[in-house]
Amino acid sequence: MSTAQLDSPRLDFAGSAVNRELTPERKIDLLRQMIRIRRFEQAALKYYNAGKMNGFLHLYIGQEAVATGTISLCGENDHVITAYRDHGHALAVGMDMNSCMAEMYGKQTGCSKGKGGSMHFFAPDKNYWGGHGIVGGQTPLGLGLAYGLKYLGREGCCLCYLGDGAVNQGAFHESLNLAALFDLPVIYVIENNGYSMGTSQKRSSAYRGCLAQRAEAYDMEWDVIDGSDLYEVRAKTHIAMERARKEHRPSILEISTYRYYGHSVADANAKKYRSPEEIENYKQNHDPITLFRKRLIEEGIITDEQADQIAKEASEEAAAACRFADESPAPTIPDIMTDVYWETDNQTPASRIGHHFFND
Amino acid sequence: MSRTLTYREALREGLDEELARDPNVVLMGEEVAQYNGAYKVTEGLWKKWGDKRIVDTPISEAGFIGMGIGASMLGIRPVMELMFWSFHSVAFDQLVNNAACVRYMSGGLINCPIVMRGPANGGTGVGATHSHIPEGLFAAFPGLKVCAPATPADAKGLIKAAIRDNDPVYVMENTLLYGTVGEVPDPSEGDHVVPLGLADLKRVGSDISLIAHGRSVIHALAAAETLQAEHGISAEVLDLRSIRPLDVDAILATVKKTNRVVLVDESKPFGGVSAMVATLIQEHAFDYLDAPVKRVCTLDAPAIYSHHIEHLQLPNPSRIVEKVLTIK
Repeated sequence: MSTAQLDSPRLDFAGSAVNRELTPERKIDLLRQMIRIRRFEQAALKYYNAGKMNGFLHLYIGQEAVATGTISLCGENDHVITAYRDHGHALAVGMDMNSCMAEMYGKQTGCSKGKGGSMHFFAPDKNYWGGHGIVGGQTPLGLGLAYGLKYLGREGCCLCYLGDGAVNQGAFHESLNLAALFDLPVIYVIENNGYSMGTSQKRSSAYRGCLAQRAEAYDMEWDVIDGSDLYEVRAKTHIAMERARKEHRPSILEISTYRYYGHSVADANAKKYRSPEEIENYKQNHDPITLFRKRLIEEGIITDEQADQIAKEASEEAAAACRFADESPAPTIPDIMTDVYWETDNQTPASRIGHHFFND
Repeated sequence: MSRTLTYREALREGLDEELARDPNVVLMGEEVAQYNGAYKVTEGLWKKWGDKRIVDTPISEAGFIGMGIGASMLGIRPVMELMFWSFHSVAFDQLVNNAACVRYMSGGLINCPIVMRGPANGGTGVGATHSHIPEGLFAAFPGLKVCAPATPADAKGLIKAAIRDNDPVYVMENTLLYGTVGEVPDPSEGDHVVPLGLADLKRVGSDISLIAHGRSVIHALAAAETLQAEHGISAEVLDLRSIRPLDVDAILATVKKTNRVVLVDESKPFGGVSAMVATLIQEHAFDYLDAPVKRVCTLDAPAIYSHHIEHLQLPNPSRIVEKVLTIK
């Protein structure tokens, strides 16, 4: 789905059962969630540029309805795994801003104790399995989570996210084959922001129609979704999740979306491989937060003032997270040597036999 | 009660016992189920345990190895068979980025109780692509554990320890050992588990230490007999069994006892397991050495095909004897 296609009239999914059942409070929560993700990342960008963080910063700004909409459908046996553009999913599963921000600051209070960084957020207690840095490398892991769910007899599914740049990795194709062959409850969500780093979809992928259509080669269901419409994301993802939970059948969903910033903040060409008009069109006409806010105002659920208040609170929460991160202690040298082996961390009898480490 | 099993049967017995002990243990790999295993290690297990516990996968190592790792994060305990460890290269991202690093990058929130097993050896005339010996390679990744049993008893004991371990354990077997026979304790005598990280003194001696792992242990034992019979040299043979964790204490103890050492290692010389052992010896037992540490490794080229000389590229008893005789 190109942005030109997005510009043409779309179906209204507000009336879908899964959206009709949303209470006004829940709808406001979804808006708040998207705004929190954006404010969190805007704060992260500010302090990344101020030198508080190291490494890469892959911003999700513009894509918020994808993580928010899909993860809003998750129940206790549904699991989530994604690649390195992982902040939105982390907040959507319920991770708190403090531990996420502190992770990027490289602090002991970070969600991974400062050992993972921006690309590696995890919260297994919230069924969130990362945060993975290698393009496509998480796709077999998502398959394994689905395998585990089925093996354990739990009615659930795994939402495994990847970018449009990951669809040409071999591990992804191997995963698709295994998912269909073994009837595993996994949904591959291609977050298609149009660019594989600086290379457009047309210059990186061979396809007919769309990327998700590749599912047909594996006898798998697929769909395309407008990622700027939270209602559409929920309506269509719900169908795939039910298919996975009830029938153990996998799907590919291709959700069209857009990132306002570069591949990462270090992407020096972010404004060269895309025209200013293209970026501006998305911001003006397809911003998922602007659209959903407008929608809720039209529905009489929220006022402009209330929406502004939500944004103000999210900004304050993000600013507080930055203060928390800044004031938190850094890891120590002994911290480098923990969390390598479960057995040594837990000082089990097995950990006391032989040398596990070979420092000088 | 004493009884003998082949290395293959011992592994199978270990797998079977762990399948019975823990319902979350699953065997997966190419041809492990209906075909009964490419090397027949898993023969009969599919018939006994069925489709849920013994799973045939397509030839798709990156996919199914990664799938096993993902399942292990949820508490399943997959035992993945690589038909050859040489095929690690097509699953390398999964083996070293996901299995080895996910615990660390999550700050200890996740662990991967998974076993990867299969043969890792040269000497079978299958050329360079199928003759890789990567125990040193994987032992170089913190987060992974590696072992290489040489005897049927150790094969059974180590596979059981590996399955019970809560970290990823890579078990390196050997196609040339599968048919070898040895005594294995009877199950009626109790649970036979060989802990990771514990070396085994396979032969006591006083003049020189031969330190080896995997099939090189068998060569070292043969060389020790020749050295005794023909040269009056009493060689001690230490079987490392486990590469990481490594029994450094046992290595230093035998070196301090005999003061001379030859390391026998089917790895290539550059950065092989013996390179690590040599550096530990020079660092911690330098004053006990009466001669430089010597090594017998696989000759430093890709594995040759020709059956006329392939065995000469690998460590073998005569190369070990020759090396020992160079030491004054």
